[in-house]
Amino acid sequence: MARWSMVIDLDKCVACQGCSIACRFENNTPIVSPEEAELGREMLWNEVFPLRAEEGDIASEQSRFLTRPCMHCENPPCVKVCPVQATFIGDEGIVHQNYARCIGCRFCTVACPYGVRYFNWYAPSWEEGLEQHLNPDRVMGNGDLEGPAIRPRGVVEKCTYCIHRLHKARARAEAEGREIRSGEYVPACVQTCTGKARFFGDLEDPNSIVSQLSQERRAFRLLEEAGTRPKTIYLEEG
Amino acid sequence: MATWHPKNEHEQIILAPVKQGVGRDRILWIVLASILLAGIAAWARQFVLGLGVTGMNRPVYWGVYITNFVFFIGLAHSGTFISAILRVTGADFRKPLTRAAEAITLFSLPFGVACIVIDMGRPDRVLNMIRYGRFQSPLLWDFTAVSLYLLSSIVFFYLSLIPDIALCRDRLTDVPPWKHRMYEILALGWTGDSHQYHRLERVLDAMAILMTMIVITVHTVVSWVFGMTIQPGWHTALIGPFFLLGAIFSGTAAVVIVLAILRKLYHLEDALPIGLFNSLRKLLITFTLGWLYMMIAEFLTTYYGSLPEEMEVFWQKFTGDFYLIFWGMTILVFFIPLFIFIFRAKDSIPWMVTAGVLINIGMWMERYVVIIPTETRPRLLYELVQGSYRPTWTEWLITAALFSGMGLLYAIFTRLFPIIPLWETVDSLEHEPEPERPEPRRFGERTAQV
Repeated sequence: MARWSMVIDLDKCVACQGCSIACRFENNTPIVSPEEAELGREMLWNEVFPLRAEEGDIASEQSRFLTRPCMHCENPPCVKVCPVQATFIGDEGIVHQNYARCIGCRFCTVACPYGVRYFNWYAPSWEEGLEQHLNPDRVMGNGDLEGPAIRPRGVVEKCTYCIHRLHKARARAEAEGREIRSGEYVPACVQTCTGKARFFGDLEDPNSIVSQLSQERRAFRLLEEAGTRPKTIYLEEG
Repeated sequence: MATWHPKNEHEQIILAPVKQGVGRDRILWIVLASILLAGIAAWARQFVLGLGVTGMNRPVYWGVYITNFVFFIGLAHSGTFISAILRVTGADFRKPLTRAAEAITLFSLPFGVACIVIDMGRPDRVLNMIRYGRFQSPLLWDFTAVSLYLLSSIVFFYLSLIPDIALCRDRLTDVPPWKHRMYEILALGWTGDSHQYHRLERVLDAMAILMTMIVITVHTVVSWVFGMTIQPGWHTALIGPFFLLGAIFSGTAAVVIVLAILRKLYHLEDALPIGLFNSLRKLLITFTLGWLYMMIAEFLTTYYGSLPEEMEVFWQKFTGDFYLIFWGMTILVFFIPLFIFIFRAKDSIPWMVTAGVLINIGMWMERYVVIIPTETRPRLLYELVQGSYRPTWTEWLITAALFSGMGLLYAIFTRLFPIIPLWETVDSLEHEPEPERPEPRRFGERTAQV
């Protein structure tokens, strides 16, 4: 069984926000008005944040950024608190979000220490013309509604490591009677990354790029002390 | 056999408000009902448009609604504290207060539950809590504990009401027919013989123990919704006991307010002597000091540990965006009430009410200041995004509606049933010698076969 993981090399990241935009169009995240964004209601499953410089830091002249998808924790605080199992950890380690079941209590959003979860304050809307060009992919069945499927108002959504791409890759592999090849399934942000700073693969496979990179001395995880054991791994700058 | 009722010297004055009927109350009812309706309309609008009409945002995902939830459940603790915990400990001064306090429980709980539904993004999917409920989630603990609390409160309240309903049935013969019919049905054929009183006391004693356990569970579980996350300021073992103490504190203060209003409006001065207020004063002094103890225990621990993410929240409260609410709350809940209780409130109902009102406003602010500052500085995001929160008119209107709804139910109740328990405040319930009862058999013991 695969254990999907992403590695982000902060040395190579140029903070172009290509990942945010690719994610937006891949996953149909709604666009909010500037007033709503001012309130902090913008939706970007993969956000790029400027880091606050430490006081007295000599290197503070240099701007630093952090790009942040879902951590897909092995011990996810969001899954623990969901009252209806609308969010759950799948067999392959991906933290799913089922829009068809979510009751919108926002317990997961306050429990997640990484702030990766977004709530649909209003029904989603797109600018004129843009709604003609939404990604038609959706993951459905068994009472589930996941991935880029349009979310109704009042439910929580988050990065799924582009789970619809996994479904497609698996369907193709099954049709051809083989295993998924390495590199056959990558999320949109990894595919688009300008600086080639993102890597994606299976942590169970010792030869995969993510397994190799996760052994590097620069490798770290966000809020390691919180014990959430993220599968999104960063490589330190420098 | 004619129904026997114990002789209560205050019977006339206690029954007077029930006899009188609606009268001028109608204006109050209409005002409260219109605020309630306005709130329902605001909620309907919120349901149609989405929770965007509130001031909630990222990362402040929970706001005034959850504050109200915690506050209402806290208010509810007054009744159970006075009627159950004081029953178990045998504090007899509680007797005239029990019903007035239990009624606060009964009428604030539904509005506490309503807060959760109002706060949900998809209230239409509320049944998913039952269909797909996960007992690992603290929210389901809440759901279960609060429903159990509501159900058992209704039973407990109703049982102790039965003898008085029977009294209303027999004494109030000139009320409208529907009202009399209601008393007849609800009295369940109560005849008032000693067996019945004996049995009722036994059931109430047993239920009081159950209720004591439930009340402690409920507010602890409410706090665990916050405590079970790893967010700074919430993730502390103290949060359960602190919430419980706060609940009983604000609840008891609410009883003072309600009693003073009832005493004044319904001329119950003789049935509710000033000594009751002095007993409540002693309890409230204890709770005020207990509150200070909890505050010091919590904040001193945080300050000495000085973990960076904890300190972000700590300074938000002490000197940051929430300093006015934080220090205002400390003054309203602790300094002024303690001063009033010690130097002014003895034998003075106006001072007691002043302190009660301040404590309740302060405790609402306390709930707010426990919930919101943590959200504005979550673990990772405090470095990245700093939250702020300003409630909108929708949230204030719905809050006002919740309080009005509670007041409305309470006001109507006082016109239908005696708000002071008549049968519990008499000197003696004995009208004939206690009947012989068979010795209770021990578990597993067999009777001798002859």
